[in-house]
Amino acid sequence: MQGLRTRRRIGLAGVASAATCALLLSACGGGDIESTDDAAGGGECDELNLAVNPWVGMEASSYVVGQVAETQLGCTVNYRETKEELSWAGFGSGEVDVVIEDWGHPDLEKQYFEGSGDGSAMELGPNGNEGIIGWYVPPWLAEEYPDITNWENLNDYADEFATSESGGQGQFLGADPSYVQFDEAIVDNLDLDFKVVFSGSEAASIAAFQKAEENEEFLIGYFYEPQWLFAQTPLARVELPEYEEGCQEPASAADCDYPVTTLKKIVGTEWADSGDASVALVENFEWTNEDQNAVGAMIAEDGMSPEDAADAWIEENQDAVDSWLAS
Amino acid sequence: MTAIAPAEVGGREDSAIDRARATPRWLQATVIVALWVVAYQLWKGIDTLPLDGLSKTGVHDSLSGWRDDLIANRDTNVLMQTTGWLAEQFSAMTTWLQELISTPPPGRPVPQIGWLGVVALAGWVGYLMAGWRIALLAVASFLSFGLLGYWEDTMDTLLLTLLAVVICVLIGLPLAVLMARSKAVTAALNPVLDVLQTSPSFNYLVPLFLFFGLGAPCGVAASVLYATAPVVRISAHAIRSVSGTTVEATDSMGQTSWQRLRKVELPMAKSTIIVGINQTMMAALSMVIIAAFVDAPGLGGPVLQALAAQQIGDAFVAGLCIVILAILLDRATTAASVRSENLARKGGTGRSTQDWVALAVGAVVVAVCVYYSRLYSYLAEFEWTTPGDRLSDWVQDFTGWFTSTFDTVTTGAKDAITAAVLNPMQSLLAESPWYVSGAAISLLALAIAGLRAFVITVACLAGIYWLDLWHDAMITLNMTLVGALLVMVLALVIGVWMARSPRVDLVLRPILDAAQVMPPFVYLIPAIFLFEVGRFSAIIAGVIYAAPIAIKLVADGVQRVSTATVEAAESTGATSWQMITKVQLPMARGSIVLAANQGLLYVLSMAVIGGLVGAGALGYDSVLGFSQAEFYGKGLAAAGAIVLLGIMVDRIARQAAERSGEETNILTKTRGPGAGV
Repeated sequence: MQGLRTRRRIGLAGVASAATCALLLSACGGGDIESTDDAAGGGECDELNLAVNPWVGMEASSYVVGQVAETQLGCTVNYRETKEELSWAGFGSGEVDVVIEDWGHPDLEKQYFEGSGDGSAMELGPNGNEGIIGWYVPPWLAEEYPDITNWENLNDYADEFATSESGGQGQFLGADPSYVQFDEAIVDNLDLDFKVVFSGSEAASIAAFQKAEENEEFLIGYFYEPQWLFAQTPLARVELPEYEEGCQEPASAADCDYPVTTLKKIVGTEWADSGDASVALVENFEWTNEDQNAVGAMIAEDGMSPEDAADAWIEENQDAVDSWLAS
Repeated sequence: MTAIAPAEVGGREDSAIDRARATPRWLQATVIVALWVVAYQLWKGIDTLPLDGLSKTGVHDSLSGWRDDLIANRDTNVLMQTTGWLAEQFSAMTTWLQELISTPPPGRPVPQIGWLGVVALAGWVGYLMAGWRIALLAVASFLSFGLLGYWEDTMDTLLLTLLAVVICVLIGLPLAVLMARSKAVTAALNPVLDVLQTSPSFNYLVPLFLFFGLGAPCGVAASVLYATAPVVRISAHAIRSVSGTTVEATDSMGQTSWQRLRKVELPMAKSTIIVGINQTMMAALSMVIIAAFVDAPGLGGPVLQALAAQQIGDAFVAGLCIVILAILLDRATTAASVRSENLARKGGTGRSTQDWVALAVGAVVVAVCVYYSRLYSYLAEFEWTTPGDRLSDWVQDFTGWFTSTFDTVTTGAKDAITAAVLNPMQSLLAESPWYVSGAAISLLALAIAGLRAFVITVACLAGIYWLDLWHDAMITLNMTLVGALLVMVLALVIGVWMARSPRVDLVLRPILDAAQVMPPFVYLIPAIFLFEVGRFSAIIAGVIYAAPIAIKLVADGVQRVSTATVEAAESTGATSWQMITKVQLPMARGSIVLAANQGLLYVLSMAVIGGLVGAGALGYDSVLGFSQAEFYGKGLAAAGAIVLLGIMVDRIARQAAERSGEETNILTKTRGPGAGV
């Protein structure tokens, strides 16, 4: 907006009765709002379409990359807010260039990667975040009943976890359907006296955990890090039998914890081959779970707009940004 | 919704025979339910066809296969090519409109026309269409969009809605003329329109996204499909109702069929057609909001984002913009309809000289405002958004206080209703063998609503069975029934209260209007804090959405009971209670049945939303199909099952009403769903 010129201010009242004095004023009003060229960069960056899937962490990562691309490379950045499945479908049509945080979608890879699929998408390395999916309880519960954080003791507390939705068994709060999850199978295979009730959305899961912590209620459910909620309510992880290669295959036989997931960047093949300046930025982008949680908390807890939160972080961490920009 | 269909109010003779029959309907129904309970006790848990949340069947896989084939062939498939081309057109049109008033075009920091110009333009158009009251309302509404801090998003929503409505009318009017002229076309189109209107809007996005891609094109396409039905139905009805004598009289002057349409039928039907456009507009608006799920621009986006970050205040303020926009569009089209009817009655073109002068002066003011809004940044970009921020903070604090103060009470109420009603009914529906539940529901349809409803019910249930989602469908049906029950309790209590006290009516009506268009995402988080994750939160969302229409129907119905009747009853010394139960409610029975019908359909249309707050069943299946490629088929099947449930409950309720010989005032008393799913 720095290119704007506001020469003279006219009052609103003036505008209301402006019919007559229109010509008079316009004579000395002069000029149009100035046109602006794209800031720095010098035209080597065109358009960058960043997917924003529906969780705040990914929003944080996408907006940090987006703000850097816009302010320091001069790209035109579009944010595509939708679910993963649809983002991936957008690679082929050019509507999406980058999914900055992918938690592993073998089915989508099969459909869109070179070889098995149409080749419209490809991987561009890890983004530095480590996805820790697992079973979590609110902090007060772990403190009061330390043994609850081991799966072997869960059945002792099943009654406490029961709700109107769990039909006499303990309730296990399942996740947003977008996420990779095997909880129904794990509960079955570990003979736990629990019923999975799907929260249906991240928002519902968060609200449920917040409420459980606030009122000191029993709750156990699927959750994950990085997630801004941890900056406010550090959920405690429940130990499941350790993950071993293949213990989740087939899905119906899953009887172990989730593996730590290295979060990846997935990009459109065509865009990656375009040689656009933003490709190097995305390729170099890497940051930690703490970084993401910090930006996520600014958005979710402090109610900042994602742009402002990203800018605030960028200002503090220009070193990291420089390392992404170095070719 | 579906009840807008100009239903043939037939079956009177049937009902006469019916009344003469020995066993009354309620007794038959009671016997069927009693037998059902016995069968449940004997065979509970057998053949209930449950399916885990993350399980699917061959049917679902074959539906997914259809999708995979489409994607694999997207470069050669003619349909995909056509829709792809259409999507490009929609996209180009939207971008052009957006650059005009909402998004900066390349090389300019602000849109072509700044806020001042748009506000002036809105006022002028309001005056042109509907007079100075609407002009003032338009100016005030547009200013509030800026003050609340969602100027750009509101403009996007408005643009997409109007674009969709224009397309709907272009498609809908010719269809309406065809329907009015030909019984065969009517018969062919009616079921299609039924399905289009009964499908919850969310369910359009899953298949349409394949053809139209992300963003505005998919939003526009979905809105057009979802919102065309009302304008088709109501316009067809309007053209058909143009009096036969007028048509004959003008025909005798030797006019062609085209002249008849253009000179006689359309002008005479105009005011009713505008009512159709009103409903289409409301439906399109609601779909444009939901289309945020596929990244369509507009107010749905901020609401969803706020939801993910638990910023209830922000969600509310964005939702408030939707409410204001909806009320403005509704009042403007309604006023336009009334005005055109008045003009038609007076004859002539109607505008006085004064009117023309006002319009001309207005045009100059608009031109000046547009000019200055292009000149000064503070007239181009709305900067004073403090009221919106304040309101957001206040709502956030208030909700926090409210939920933490009342959650023990509300959780207790939830547990009580769940134990007393929700769980027993669900056991009966979902834990009986499927053939027992199926037979019982079909027989109930036969007893309450007659043979035609029976046949449709059997067909719908067979479809649900084939889609492999029986158990989930029964759970969703149960939530729908319980929700509708709560809706009717509210409708009777509040509706009667409103009808008996004009002051209450005055206060409550705007609140009801707002509740009807406020997107349900806004109150999901508070609902979870008050009622916890699960079926009850979903039912609450459905009740909030469905209650306004039902309450208004009951209130209007009771108000219409003639004063003479009421006075006569008063003179016999009837108490208030007697007056309500013996006179007003029985005489408003038609409205009450219609309210129940609408209540059922509106609650059902919230099933998908229920999936987002842990209600599981078909709603969850829909969201799952939308979220994960391998479950696409299951999501599609769930969408289908919801539609089948909708057709089933609608037909049972409608034909039950027809059999009791009740007139349902179909045209004026039902509105399209608001900004819900």
